[in-house]
Amino acid sequence: MDKFTTLTGIAAPMPLVNIDTDMIIPKQFLKTIKRSGLGKNLFDEMRYNQDGSEIADFVLNQPAYRNAEIIVAGDNFGCGSSREHAPWALLDFGIRCVISTSFADIFFNNCFKNGILPIVLPQETVDILMQDARKGANARLTVDLEGQTVTTSDGQSFGFEIDPFRKHCLLNGLDDIGLSLEKVAAIDRFEASAAQSRPWV
Amino acid sequence: MSGPKTLYDKIWDAHLVDEAADGTCLLYIDRHLVHEVTSPQAFEGLRMTGRKVRAPEKTIAVPDHNVPTTPGREKHIDNEESRIQVEALDKNARDFGINYYPVSDIRQGIVHIVGPEQGWTLPGMTVVCGDSHTATHGAFGALAHGIGTSEVEHVLATQTLIQKKSKNMKVEITGKLRPGVTAKDITMAVIGATGTAGGTGYVIEYCGEAIRDLSMEGRMTVCNMAIEGGARAGLIAPDEKTFDYVKGRPHAPKGAQWEAAMTWWKTLYTDEGAHFDKVVTLKGEDIAPLVTWGTSPEDVLPITDVVPAPEQFEGGKVEAVRRALDYMDLKPGQKLEDIQIDTVFIGSCTNGRIEDLRAAAAILKGKKIKDGMRAMVVPGSGLVRAQAEEEGLAQIFIDAGFEWRLAGCSMCLAMNPDQLAPGERCAATSNRNFEGRQGRGGRTHLMSPAMAAAAAVTGHLTDVRKMI
Repeated sequence: MDKFTTLTGIAAPMPLVNIDTDMIIPKQFLKTIKRSGLGKNLFDEMRYNQDGSEIADFVLNQPAYRNAEIIVAGDNFGCGSSREHAPWALLDFGIRCVISTSFADIFFNNCFKNGILPIVLPQETVDILMQDARKGANARLTVDLEGQTVTTSDGQSFGFEIDPFRKHCLLNGLDDIGLSLEKVAAIDRFEASAAQSRPWV
Repeated sequence: MSGPKTLYDKIWDAHLVDEAADGTCLLYIDRHLVHEVTSPQAFEGLRMTGRKVRAPEKTIAVPDHNVPTTPGREKHIDNEESRIQVEALDKNARDFGINYYPVSDIRQGIVHIVGPEQGWTLPGMTVVCGDSHTATHGAFGALAHGIGTSEVEHVLATQTLIQKKSKNMKVEITGKLRPGVTAKDITMAVIGATGTAGGTGYVIEYCGEAIRDLSMEGRMTVCNMAIEGGARAGLIAPDEKTFDYVKGRPHAPKGAQWEAAMTWWKTLYTDEGAHFDKVVTLKGEDIAPLVTWGTSPEDVLPITDVVPAPEQFEGGKVEAVRRALDYMDLKPGQKLEDIQIDTVFIGSCTNGRIEDLRAAAAILKGKKIKDGMRAMVVPGSGLVRAQAEEEGLAQIFIDAGFEWRLAGCSMCLAMNPDQLAPGERCAATSNRNFEGRQGRGGRTHLMSPAMAAAAAVTGHLTDVRKMI
């Protein structure tokens, strides 16, 4: 997993609420047995016509946002299925950070496993960032994970909260299976004890 | 933690392996269910790092999302990508020595129907699967939720999951349900009341007389859609119905172990005075048969209502409703009962169990589906299918004009050939009405099996109470 430290990039405004995982990556692209290559199908049905041509007014098809690295989104982003293909597709497109008022639980978890930073901010702040994102390619947001701030193109800065363990993993690009396996003795002890107390499991 | 505990607190505490100073926990996982779509990358990760499956005996795999529901599928799957995914699961199950139900096995079906049916799911367990509808297993008083593929790999390698504890939410459904109102209407009513983000950050415990009165099948339907309400999981405290359902299942404990298990299971309830961070109460008698009109499961109304206008909503929802009505080709003020449909889908992990098929068949008995209607029943497992055939339900469906399919996820998410064409409109017993969910450009109205059966007969969304 790539480290996430600071990011200054173009932010695409997607104010629609309840952007679900079927919108982010429709199911026909879940048939892959790989993690890579999903970026071209990110937001597929919003982004392309049935004949494969681009829908010009979709935000990521607009020249200003084709290289977006951040999405500023409406409430409850990532609701729906557990498919990790959603963050894989975002990452493959080049998105490293999503900002919203709330995220669906499983999607939120999945982001951290892939070096994507999901940031939760209050509605008033998301509204300001959304306005900033609407300015286009010249208005770049800066996200500083260490300092836990998002700064607009005109220098307004907002703090955000993040779980300390997740912050540590993102800053250092850590694989958490490796971290958990360091606790294998505790897992062994738990299993031995559960074998006594709940032998039917 | 001392003092009164919720059911969630008790299950959590019983599975805590390690807690760091910042509250990050390692939680032990009792059952790991696996399907073909969200697992190949996880097994590949194990191979690349030389890791093994820590507890293959607690890991259960079944192909369901991709599989065709037509005969011959055990010999050949036409779609190459689907075939590769199913073959990958075959190989991974074999290589890593995990429990497996291939399509050729009568016990194959939707993972969330197979788990309870085979007795893998038991009260007080932690159950995970790379699938959001893992919430279904909460009906047994098991802490069950969906995980992503990286977490699938984590559970395969460590039999644990890194977690932070959620908050406790109580959803109480008081009193009795009226005739024609089902578990599906309860769960949709809750989502209508709380919204699709209303449960975010919570584990829901469903309780109250109307929940107690439900069968295990109905309870699974309620918990299944906890995820549509945004919750990490839904729970229902186990009781005699739970124990009766579990007893004698192939992987349920037997003899002295059964007695030991029962002793613990009977302690699995929320203590008097335990704290809930949020409480929602609905009256069972106020719930009507419901349908969705939009493209989010929160877009739900009684069948007697009309399509709402965007202006009736607030904030970002105004634009979302405008977009939904355009996508669904509906006009504000239009009666829901006047909405014509051309497809009916009965099945899914929400409503693909025997009780669901009985409810639909009760409406369809002696009737025919509307001319030109495409209607299919996809039983949730091979065993549900066999039972429905034995009970004569299959013949009722076939006589009415339904296609009688083999088990799988099918048109709930349309990864297999069962899909809507652009503009087709479906009465579906599944769980999501998202844009494109059942096929690009397809329009989905969610409802109970009885309501879907009624719509199949009349050709439009119909108040099932007129037919009972």
